[in-house]
Amino acid sequence: MSERRGELAIETSGLVKTFGELRAVDGVDLAVPTGTVYGVLGPNGAGKTTTVRMLATLLRPDGGEARVFGHDVLTEADRVRSLVSLTGQYASVDEDLTGAENLILLARLLGHRKPAARERAAALLEAFGLTAAADKQVKNYSGGMRRRVDIAASILNTPDLLFLDEPTTGLDPRSRNQVWDIVRAVVAQGTTVLLTTQYLDEADQLAGRIAVIDTGRVIAEGTPGQLKSSVGSGSVRVRLREADHREKARQVLATRLGTEVALDADPVSLSARVPADAGGGPAERAAAALGELAAAGIVVDDFSLGQPSLDEVFLALTGKPTQPARSADDPAGATETSDRERSADRKETVA
Amino acid sequence: MSTAAETTTTDAERAAGTAEAADGFEPDRATLAAVLAPAERPPRPSPLTASTVFGWRAMLKIKHVPEQLFDVTVFPVMMTLMFTYLFGGALAGSTSEYLQFLLPGIMVMSVVMTTMYTGVAVNTDIAKGVFDRFRTLPVWRPSAMVGYLLGDMLRYALASVVILTLGLVLGYRPDGGPVGVTLAILLLVGFSFAFSWIWTMFGLLLRSEKSVMGISMMVIFPATFLSNIMVSPDTMPGWLQGFVDVNPVARLVAAVRGLMNGNVEAGQLLWVFVAAGVLIAVFGTLTMRLYNRK
Repeated sequence: MSERRGELAIETSGLVKTFGELRAVDGVDLAVPTGTVYGVLGPNGAGKTTTVRMLATLLRPDGGEARVFGHDVLTEADRVRSLVSLTGQYASVDEDLTGAENLILLARLLGHRKPAARERAAALLEAFGLTAAADKQVKNYSGGMRRRVDIAASILNTPDLLFLDEPTTGLDPRSRNQVWDIVRAVVAQGTTVLLTTQYLDEADQLAGRIAVIDTGRVIAEGTPGQLKSSVGSGSVRVRLREADHREKARQVLATRLGTEVALDADPVSLSARVPADAGGGPAERAAAALGELAAAGIVVDDFSLGQPSLDEVFLALTGKPTQPARSADDPAGATETSDRERSADRKETVA
Repeated sequence: MSTAAETTTTDAERAAGTAEAADGFEPDRATLAAVLAPAERPPRPSPLTASTVFGWRAMLKIKHVPEQLFDVTVFPVMMTLMFTYLFGGALAGSTSEYLQFLLPGIMVMSVVMTTMYTGVAVNTDIAKGVFDRFRTLPVWRPSAMVGYLLGDMLRYALASVVILTLGLVLGYRPDGGPVGVTLAILLLVGFSFAFSWIWTMFGLLLRSEKSVMGISMMVIFPATFLSNIMVSPDTMPGWLQGFVDVNPVARLVAAVRGLMNGNVEAGQLLWVFVAAGVLIAVFGTLTMRLYNRK
């Protein structure tokens, strides 16, 4: 794998996929360096999954070019398939089979003989904490276990490139952390990971570079730091001891932060977006504002300073909020993923 | 630490009623690194190995969901009993007379009818993510589809044996002897394999299980009823005889009947082989086109 250093794991130019009227992917250019985690960030229906499916040879692009380690996804699809693995957004394992059966089946299909396949499956189940559940049908697994067996299935042969399509959507925080640890371990072994996500903090935690996608186009690209500073704001939330102080606190914060302060549903709390400007970064400015509240005799029980959310990144980059606009004026766009999404939601509630 | 404890309980609660007791998994860096260490990749499996592994998957599904064998056990029994006693007296004077005529045909009918479940199985699978994984594997492309059909061939064989056994109990006596009967079942299962490619195509083409079922019925009912299964075509109007004459299912019935009665003609067998070859060539190709473009 070392001879691959410096080479691009993924290179696309002007990648297009249309579904009828909808241009689901509308000229995407990506350059993913080998040996890193590359985050593709965007809301539902932005074209993330469609892009991944084209790169994984599951969909034919309608325009543009895509190469994986220099191999064209259309003309050298078979070569590409031997280098990549895909863990889709919805369990890419057979839910009727047990965890062990799934892994043995796939190991056999990857060319392992029966004893080697069993051995490999057992080792992965062990490393992923699934030994106790090995002989249970995957449909009885919890969301986190299902994800793990799915990722295990993707690394039966350590792939050169691993696609993870929204690997933590619908997981509880603990399972999400487990997945993050696994992703870090995978990339530490030299595998390149392309990760799609709706969460900025996930991309921030894992990815070396991030492309932000909206309505089928890359609207921003860079390191997580660059991206966040381009947004340049955080959000601060303050909870007061006494509801009576809220109006006064609002005035203090509004003056000090130079921004609008919203009164939350909770009668003792307020929140505001903190832009970074000449007055310093969001954290610095928020700290100063808190000091002023104390000076004014207002007791603060709790406060939090959040990173800019994906919504804010979107607002900053596109001037429009993420979800509702897209699904309202483009119902056809929603159907691309929504059918499957609905079934995924259903599964979540069942689990 | 308290948050960790909380999430553990949530996990456990969520798992209550499922297989999971408590999911105390802590990813261990060293263990993960060990299993992830790049190892030499084995050579890709041969088309035959890949297909049989997919066939094994079909077996595993039968193991986990044995109810799906109803259609190849209970259904054929129903069909045989129903038609023997419904038509026997009227058409042949007695049920035992009629059974001699009907049994090979009803065997073909039951098996051909169960082939449509292949399309339903393919269609339900595509809706699931596992299909995406299969399609990204570097294996011989048709192997996933061939795997379904290998599993189904076992079902077809099972249905045939069930009907034959019931027939023997009811008094059916094949003049072709054990060899003729065995060859007849092999021919039937082989032809059904070829015929099933129609359903893999529809399974990939249509959007829902229901539409697959709907189309299947529309093909299967005329193909099985408008044939020589229930009655000899002699009394049918000319245009219908024309249809029966080119209906591959009717040709198959003639060959199966011939083998079981011990009076098969080479022409009958040849017709079935050619029809099977054409079905695979046409619908196998269409299936693979759809599979690659899905």
